[in-house]
Amino acid sequence: MLSNFGVIFSSIALITSFILIYFSFLELKISDSKIPKKIYNFSLAQLIFSLLSFLILLIGYVFSDFSMINVYENSHTTKPLFYKISGTWGNHEGSLLLWTNILVIFSFLFLILTKNKNKNFKILTLIFQNFLIATFFIFLLTNSNPFSPIFPIPNEGMGLNPILQDPALAVHPPLLYVGFVGSSIYFSAALAALISKVEAKSLATTIKPWVSVSWFFQTLGILVGSIWAYYELGWGGYWFWDPVENSSLMPWFLMTALLHSVLVLERRIGLYSWVIILSILTFTMTVIGTFLVRSGILNSVHTFANDPSRGLFILTFLTLMVFSSVFIFFKYAPSEKKTYRIFSKEFFILINNWFMVFFLAVVLIGTLYPVFLDTLVGEKISVGPPYYNFILAPFLIPLLFLMTSGPRHKWVVSELKKIFNVILFLSIFLFLIIFFIIQENNFLIGLILLFSIYLVVQTIFDFYENFKNKSVNFSRIISHLGFGLLIFFISINHIFSTENNFNIRTGEEKDTKDYIIKFEKLTTMSTTNYKSIVGNFKIINKKKLNTKNLKPEIRFYNQPQTITYEASIRSNFFSDTYLTMSNISDTDVFNIKFEKKPFMNFIWFSVLLISFGGLLNFFSRKKQI
Amino acid sequence: MLNIKTKNRLLILVAIAVLVITITVLIFKTLEDNVLYFYSPSEIEKSNEIVLNDNMRIGGMVKKGSIETNQNEIRFIITDFKSEIIVSYRGTVPALFAEGKGVVAEGKLQDKKFFLAKRILAKHDENYMPPEIKESLKDNVK
Repeated sequence: MLSNFGVIFSSIALITSFILIYFSFLELKISDSKIPKKIYNFSLAQLIFSLLSFLILLIGYVFSDFSMINVYENSHTTKPLFYKISGTWGNHEGSLLLWTNILVIFSFLFLILTKNKNKNFKILTLIFQNFLIATFFIFLLTNSNPFSPIFPIPNEGMGLNPILQDPALAVHPPLLYVGFVGSSIYFSAALAALISKVEAKSLATTIKPWVSVSWFFQTLGILVGSIWAYYELGWGGYWFWDPVENSSLMPWFLMTALLHSVLVLERRIGLYSWVIILSILTFTMTVIGTFLVRSGILNSVHTFANDPSRGLFILTFLTLMVFSSVFIFFKYAPSEKKTYRIFSKEFFILINNWFMVFFLAVVLIGTLYPVFLDTLVGEKISVGPPYYNFILAPFLIPLLFLMTSGPRHKWVVSELKKIFNVILFLSIFLFLIIFFIIQENNFLIGLILLFSIYLVVQTIFDFYENFKNKSVNFSRIISHLGFGLLIFFISINHIFSTENNFNIRTGEEKDTKDYIIKFEKLTTMSTTNYKSIVGNFKIINKKKLNTKNLKPEIRFYNQPQTITYEASIRSNFFSDTYLTMSNISDTDVFNIKFEKKPFMNFIWFSVLLISFGGLLNFFSRKKQI
Repeated sequence: MLNIKTKNRLLILVAIAVLVITITVLIFKTLEDNVLYFYSPSEIEKSNEIVLNDNMRIGGMVKKGSIETNQNEIRFIITDFKSEIIVSYRGTVPALFAEGKGVVAEGKLQDKKFFLAKRILAKHDENYMPPEIKESLKDNVK
């Protein structure tokens, strides 16, 4: 029953996008300056039917309608309501439906919100958006139908993978998808701008809010995913340079580059072609990311059931998309002759873009190299975190420095700011104090610490100075401050994290350098969807003589029958105490990983600051109009 | 003679080319140094090129009855039904680690029969087997 409605609604949404494409093409030839009512109406209809199809799947999950394979495979009646809802997008088909829905919502919002006067530009953007929407609906209906019926109807579902039954992972896909799909708007707008010869400034003001919004959500999505990996994977880290993580980071680099270069386009009418290339690349990268994750050609620590036919579809779509964009670009790209003076703001922004492209190249090569080697030579390899750390860490130093001095320069012409100023000496002084306390003698980390402190101090000083002149660029200040703090705390965290691995029986205690870890007893616990064994540990700090109780769990989920290990994390202001236990085939010995991770909360907070800057950037635009 | 403008342009082009080449070389050099190769126990036994003290991954099945746990470490045998290798590991194991199941260990080879693992890799899905293991077992179980 529901299944049929789902297919009907999404088919109608698909048909409306063809109708929209048809009417829009007709409209291109009419020199009326207003977009006719019928295009708005069809867009609204498309939005409504698309949302209805999502609602159908949601209802299927909430009321456990197992007549749909998708619900049967990924849900269960005993699951808490929250996870029934999040289960809707916790699987390939459902997440694709969510992706398509966001695409439709964004297209509609673009149509009604964009104040751009150029009619053909808006119409063309809508056409490109609808090509994307149509493709995804076709993919959905032919290859990954979330509404596929099953007969006979099972009485009970198979349940959602327990590691996905988690609040962070429930909000992670929607956040990331808003970031991903948001980039489709400036992809379409960039192509449309080329064809309809939209002016630089007008393109910049049109895409800027979309860039800010997608960047904001992308940053948040990455943060949430990383927090999840920290407490759920039980490896004590928060970023593993895993291919799936890289897939979310690569578009982020390009969005960051775009976020900066769009300013040059807006203020200096420059970098027109570059902004267009970046817009095209960003969306291409998100589709590549989706392809890598969904096709299963990457060997990742995260699970994604995989299916080569999906990969083939996305790959074909990707190739078509890239070729047609390249074609449109070369056919319509205007020639641009503009020279930039060294030490102007736009010059620094250009360098920022170079850095972002470099970071992208490093991560892309690291992610794809194993795939190429496997297909070409058949050799199985993986690229470990040291590759990324070795290459990226040294480049952080010039990046941090340029982030400090770049924003202080003016547009067009600016004299070189004095480098040796009070701020630098203050930073060096602060750095020496910190250096004295931590006694770290790694030169590279020392430099990174120094320059991150410099960035933080200078940014705070800039804020004070701008505040006096009443012209604060809050979004820049907050994001750059956040980035400085992030690098600082990651470095400190890297230096001071300690780890102890050992095996222990109940009643025993383990004496490490700074702590005594007492395994007091085992208790059991049970709720509707799992039973668990809880280890009761007492951690005694030898120096401060305080104790903490940690309770890691081994959970036995009933649907599907799966065991998970839950880390126990105690955060106080400065440091996290982290303990996981595992057990092999019911022996009385438990394997323990005990870690001390300083400043974890500060790392999360720094990323929040960074993303918050993007949000402010979005709102500051409103004021200008 | 080139005029100054062309000369400057040429210089910039050369500078960019040098920069791009240096960076590319840097990337691939670092990549080469940090690649983890994947081996099966038989490959390790046969090969003479495998260097001790290089980080690598080995994979196969956990041999039945081979897991031993003492105060400090976990010891088990990875087998591909042709050759075996003893693995020593400290830390927590993934939930799906069990006798007779597939496993990937990351670490260093001490000698051809002994592997010191830093990490045991998890696959969250019970029905899922890492493609490397599937392939390396395919040849042996026939």
